[in-house]
Amino acid sequence: MGIVVVGLSHKSAPIEVREKLYFPEETIPAALGKLMSYEGIRESLIISTCNRVEIYAYVQDSAKGVDRIKQFISDYHGIAREALEGALYVYPDAQGVRHTFRVASSLDSLVLGEAQILGQLKDAYDIALKAKTTSTILNKLIKKSISVAKRVRTETRLAEGAVSISSAAVELAKKIFGDLTGKTVMLLGAGEMAELAAQHLLSNGVKNIMVANRTFERAEELAKEFKGDAIRFEHFPDALVMVDILICATGAPNYVVKRDMVAKVIKDRRHKPIFMIDISNPRNIEPEVDKVDNVYLYDIDDLQSKVDVNTGGRAKEAERAEELVTQEVETYLQWERGLDAVPTIVDLREKVEDIRKRELDKTIGSLNGMTDDQKRAVDIMSQAIVNKLLHAPLVVLKQAAASTDSGDATLAIARKLFNLDKELKRPVHDRAAEQPVEKVPGPVKERKDVC
Amino acid sequence: MNLTFFFAAIAFYLIATAGYCIFFVQPERKSIASISLWATFLGFVLHFIYFILRWSESGRIPVTNFFEAINGLGMGIVLVFLIMELRYRIPALGTFMLPLVLLLMAPAAITSRQIAGLNPILKSAWLGIHTSLALLGDAAFAFAFIVSLMYLIQEHQLKHKRLGAIFHRLPPLDVMDTISYRALSIGWPLFTLGMITGSIWAESAWGTYWSWQPKETASLLVWVLYLAVLHLRTIGWRGRKMAYLSIAGFLFVLISFFVVSRIGVGKHTF
Repeated sequence: MGIVVVGLSHKSAPIEVREKLYFPEETIPAALGKLMSYEGIRESLIISTCNRVEIYAYVQDSAKGVDRIKQFISDYHGIAREALEGALYVYPDAQGVRHTFRVASSLDSLVLGEAQILGQLKDAYDIALKAKTTSTILNKLIKKSISVAKRVRTETRLAEGAVSISSAAVELAKKIFGDLTGKTVMLLGAGEMAELAAQHLLSNGVKNIMVANRTFERAEELAKEFKGDAIRFEHFPDALVMVDILICATGAPNYVVKRDMVAKVIKDRRHKPIFMIDISNPRNIEPEVDKVDNVYLYDIDDLQSKVDVNTGGRAKEAERAEELVTQEVETYLQWERGLDAVPTIVDLREKVEDIRKRELDKTIGSLNGMTDDQKRAVDIMSQAIVNKLLHAPLVVLKQAAASTDSGDATLAIARKLFNLDKELKRPVHDRAAEQPVEKVPGPVKERKDVC
Repeated sequence: MNLTFFFAAIAFYLIATAGYCIFFVQPERKSIASISLWATFLGFVLHFIYFILRWSESGRIPVTNFFEAINGLGMGIVLVFLIMELRYRIPALGTFMLPLVLLLMAPAAITSRQIAGLNPILKSAWLGIHTSLALLGDAAFAFAFIVSLMYLIQEHQLKHKRLGAIFHRLPPLDVMDTISYRALSIGWPLFTLGMITGSIWAESAWGTYWSWQPKETASLLVWVLYLAVLHLRTIGWRGRKMAYLSIAGFLFVLISFFVVSRIGVGKHTF
């Protein structure tokens, strides 16, 4: 039994593929229901944003579980399995835990340290919680990953970096234009970082904002939010003439803004400067564009390196965050392994209790004329003997289970010593049913991402 | 006695230069920038007092020989800088402008400061008007030249993504582009008026408006060059190309000022 993560992200697949696997929020509960009907899937959660689509599951058997999740994706979206294989990544067991923590801590994000992903993860968890598809394991995993993310945020300067990337963009804009009042910004495509940068620019005096997106509805949505204008994607080159600052994040696999296009635009603008920020991966603005006079093209790495200068090395911060994650994965795995002792402990307790009751009844039955007080005293004494005898073995069992090497062997010895396996009266304990489902303490609701 | 004012002015410019340089290194020390501005202003006042004293001593506006001409140009640049600085409040300008002033004042300090006799035909009100207009025009060109240099440095930083200390100290590109253009659009009309008044003066002195002397020809070249620059600006040239043109224009001014006037023959020879 174990945790598996199956999915794709901006790192593994282009936007076209990601779009095909996208689960709109309102369809997720039904999708989860369907997923749970696949054999061996015990708990599940779906996260679907513009940068990633991932299924987190607790499955009876990792390999089979992965196979069934892939089958589910294939069935649900009507895509052939072969077409999926290349795009999906799989993280089983400990790797899955690690991946979850990394995603929550924004170590797997396009922009390291951006905070939106944690909000998205919490939203996805809430949906799964309502759909009742999570239980002990995923509850623990998600709660733990939220606390890991918080640790990363408070103990490293990674998050500071993400904020400083958009303020770096603003600072650059100011070094080009001076005053930003009355300048026009265009968002070409959208994503968390593009929006963050746009918000920063707006709060620095930028008045006009245009949004162009492949899906016009999304452009309209976003334009409404920023009180700007939505533009049809195919019309954006014409609108560029009016644009002073272009933030590009279309997620297209090729260059959307090309040198010839920009050269013409600059001429039409009578050589007024344009500041272009390319936060897409892969790049959407042809690097050659930078060679055009009065065009200043910066990509995320340029901005990042500027931030590096200011914060003394984001790479170092990321490294520290990774170390934190490694520690936390270890703690989590210890907890999970500790769970292995639970069935043995329960069996042992039951067996001993059984014996105690039987012997107690026998003794009390053979002694006549005992007062109730005396009976109670004998009962209490038997309980005390049992508890004292069991105390040391139980502690050892818990510790052994939590440690990596000797765990399984110790459990086996215990079962053998107490002869637990032969008289097993109940089915293998389902640990998923042991702990009550808890709601994660409500986070401040972060704004939903519109892709 | 008069010279005390001259050297005191230079001393204040030196203080201002040092101050602006420290400010450039430590931009958080804003007080240094305002101290430097005050030093520049006081320097200018002393410089102006010296100018007036020399004027009264020689009985004519002191712009008739090489020393007086660069002295006047230096003063003009400080004046343009003070006006622009009060208007736009960009102390980083001082870091680049004041060294140029010192550079001009240095030869002024070591060349002959003798008051030479002046050909009586040249004694006319036109002398003062022509020369001060032309010098103010040149001063504005010098200002535009310095700002253009700063523009090129900043634009280089931005294009090559060198976002270090210099990048943070220098003003925004668009601001520099604008004030350089402002300076040119003030400088060129002044220079034009300087040429017109010079021509009128020539007519009253020699009976001819224009006689193709080396200085006249060089000035005409400068005039045409800046006219072209301003024209290109109105049809949309901006930024780097404008900065190059402005720098080229000022190099012509310098040639006209330091070379043509010195080797040349004719009325402008110092």
